[in-house]
Amino acid sequence: MQTIRKAALGAAALVLSAGPTVAQSIDEQVNALFSSSTGWFVSLIFSPFPGTSFPWIVAWLVVAATIFTVYFGVIQFRAFGHAISLVKGDYSDPNDAGEVSHFQALATALSGTVGLGNIAGVAVAVGIGGPGATFWMILAGLMGMASKFTECTLGVKYRNEYADGTVSGGPMYYITKGFAERGVPGGKILAVLFAIFCILGALGGGNMFQANQAHQQIAGIVGDYPGWITGIIFAGVVFAVIIGGLQSIASVTEKVVPFMGILYVLAALVIILMNVDKVGWAFGQIFEGAFTGLGIAGGFVGALIQGFKRAAFSNEAGVGSAAIAHSAVRTKEPITEGVVSLLEPFIDTVVICTMTALVIIITQQLVIDPATGNYLVENGSIVTASGASGVGLTSAAFGSAFSWFPYVLAVAVILFAFSTMISWSYYGLKAWTYLFGEGKSKEIVFKVIFCIFVVIGAAANLGPVIDFSDAAIFAMAVVNIIGLYVLMPVVKREMISYMERLKSGEIRKFKSH
Amino acid sequence: MSVKFVVGYDGSQASEGAIRFAIAQAKSCNAVLVVAHVLEWSPYSFLTPTEIEERHKRRNEELKRAEQALIGPLIAKIKSEHAEVESVIRYGNIVDTLMSISADCGADQIFIGRTGHSSLSTRVFGSVAGSLAQHADVPVTIVP
Repeated sequence: MQTIRKAALGAAALVLSAGPTVAQSIDEQVNALFSSSTGWFVSLIFSPFPGTSFPWIVAWLVVAATIFTVYFGVIQFRAFGHAISLVKGDYSDPNDAGEVSHFQALATALSGTVGLGNIAGVAVAVGIGGPGATFWMILAGLMGMASKFTECTLGVKYRNEYADGTVSGGPMYYITKGFAERGVPGGKILAVLFAIFCILGALGGGNMFQANQAHQQIAGIVGDYPGWITGIIFAGVVFAVIIGGLQSIASVTEKVVPFMGILYVLAALVIILMNVDKVGWAFGQIFEGAFTGLGIAGGFVGALIQGFKRAAFSNEAGVGSAAIAHSAVRTKEPITEGVVSLLEPFIDTVVICTMTALVIIITQQLVIDPATGNYLVENGSIVTASGASGVGLTSAAFGSAFSWFPYVLAVAVILFAFSTMISWSYYGLKAWTYLFGEGKSKEIVFKVIFCIFVVIGAAANLGPVIDFSDAAIFAMAVVNIIGLYVLMPVVKREMISYMERLKSGEIRKFKSH
Repeated sequence: MSVKFVVGYDGSQASEGAIRFAIAQAKSCNAVLVVAHVLEWSPYSFLTPTEIEERHKRRNEELKRAEQALIGPLIAKIKSEHAEVESVIRYGNIVDTLMSISADCGADQIFIGRTGHSSLSTRVFGSVAGSLAQHADVPVTIVP
C-alpha cells in the first residue's frame, strides 16, 4: 500500500509541475470522453413517451409507488406511528442488545441517501422546474415510502446469512431467491442486470456526482482550480477507508453527518421563521407553480418531471439501494425493517428537501419578471439572483440570511458527499461480489475502480455527470421494480400476519414506557 | 429463598476488590454470588454499512472473549473457595443493565468497585458507582 501511495503522489506532483494549462485540458478531455461514451445510455433511460416530453422512467417510478401505496393500503400512514416506536426500541428484546438496532439501520441508510440530493439536487429541481417542483417532490416522497417499505421487507426476508454471522442482501438476492420460490423464470438474469446497474449507479450517483459537487463547493470558496486535484484528495481518503480499512475515519463521518443534518434543518427553520411573512406567499408559489409552471420551460409538466426526478434521486425509493443497507439487521420479522425504512423518504424528501426548496424560494433567489409575475427563464433554467445553480444556489440562499453559512454548508457538503460515497461503495461492492463472488482480491479490484471514478467525477462538468448519475440509478429502479411487482404478494402476506399478531398482542412492547 | 448478591466486574483493579469483598460477605451469610459483566453498548450510536454487516459476528466474538478471558477464569477461581456463584454477560448502558440484572435475579444487594475503567466522560457526568447508588432499588455497596 505504501508503494501505491508513493506512486500516486509522484504522479500527482508530475502533473502539477506541468502547469495549469495542461491541467485544464485534462479536465476538458475527461469531460468530452465521458459525455461521448455515456450519452446513449442517458438518452435511453430518459427517452420521453412518443409525442410528449414526459420521460417514461419517471412514470415508471410514480406508477410503482402509487400501486404499492394502494396495494398495501396506505401503509406509509397506517404504520407511521409503529415505525417510530420500532426506532425508539420499544419492541426490541433486551437480550438482543449488542446487535444492530432499528435506529442504527435507519441512521446508516439515511446517511447514504441524505446528501447532495437534498442540497444540490433540490436546487437543480427548483432552478429548472420552479417552486412548483417542490409540490411534486413532496408527493413523490410520500408515495415513495410504500416502495421503500416493499423493498426493505424483501431485503431482510431473502438475505444470505453466512456461517460466520455476516449477511448479504439486496435486490439481487430477493430477485433470485424470490422468483425461484414463486416459480417465476428469469430471476437470475434480472438479478445480474440489477447488479450491473448497481455498480454503475455506485460509480455515478454514489460517487462521481458527489465528488463533482464537493469540488464545486470547495472551488466556490477558495477560487477555481482544476477538479482532478480535489478528486485525488478525495480518492485518497476514500482509499484509506475502504481499502486501508481505516473504519475510524468513516465512523467519525457517520457520527458527524447526523448532526450536520440537524444543523442544516435548524438553519433552514430559522431562515423560514425570519421570513415568516413570506411563508404564505412561498406556498402559494409552490401550489400555483405545481399546476401552471409559472412560466418555466415545459409548463406544469416541466415542474412535475423535475420534482419527481429529484425526489427519486434523493430518497432512492424503488431503486433498491436501501434494501442492501437494511438487510443486515437481525430481526425475526422482516416486516419491521420495512416499516422502519418507510421513515427514510419522509425524513429525506418530505422534511429535508422541502426545507431546502422553501429557503431558496423564500429568500427570493429565483428572479421573477415584474411585468408578468412569471419566472425569468434563460437556456431552460430560471435566472437566479446570484447567477448560481446547483449547490451554489442553495449556498447563496442560505448565505443571504447568514453570511457565514456557506462555510458551514461547504463542510456539510463535503461530509455528506463522503458518507454517501462510503455507503455506495458498499452497495456497489455487494453487487460486485454477487457477480464475481466473494474474495479479498476481487473486492480490491472494485474498490480501486471506485477510487479512480472519484477523480473522474471531480474533473468532469456537472451536466454529463448528473445525467449519467441519474440514468444509472434509474436503471436500477427499472429492474428492481419488476422484482417488487412479482414479489409484492409475499410482502402482503408478511404484512397481514404481522399486523394481526400486533393487534392480538402476540407481538408486544418490551418497554412499558 | 437464598440471599443473592450482584457484583459488577469489568476486569479493573477496583472490580477485583469488589469481588473479594463480596465473596467475604457472601460466605458469612451463605449468599449466591452473581458476577455481572456489562459490555457498554448504545442502540443509538452510529455505524458504517460495513460495521452493520459484521455486527452479529463481532458480537459473538466479544461475548466469547468476555466469557473466555474474563468471566470464565474468575468464576473458576471463585468456585474454588465459594461454591454458590453464577455469571451474566450483557450489552447495554452499565448502570441500567446492572439494575435490570439485579431486578431479574431478585438480588438483595449490589457490590461495585468505586472506579472501574473510567473515562473523561464519567468524570464529567458522574461515575457508574455514583449513579448506581442513587438509582438502584436495593442497597449498593461501593468498594474502594
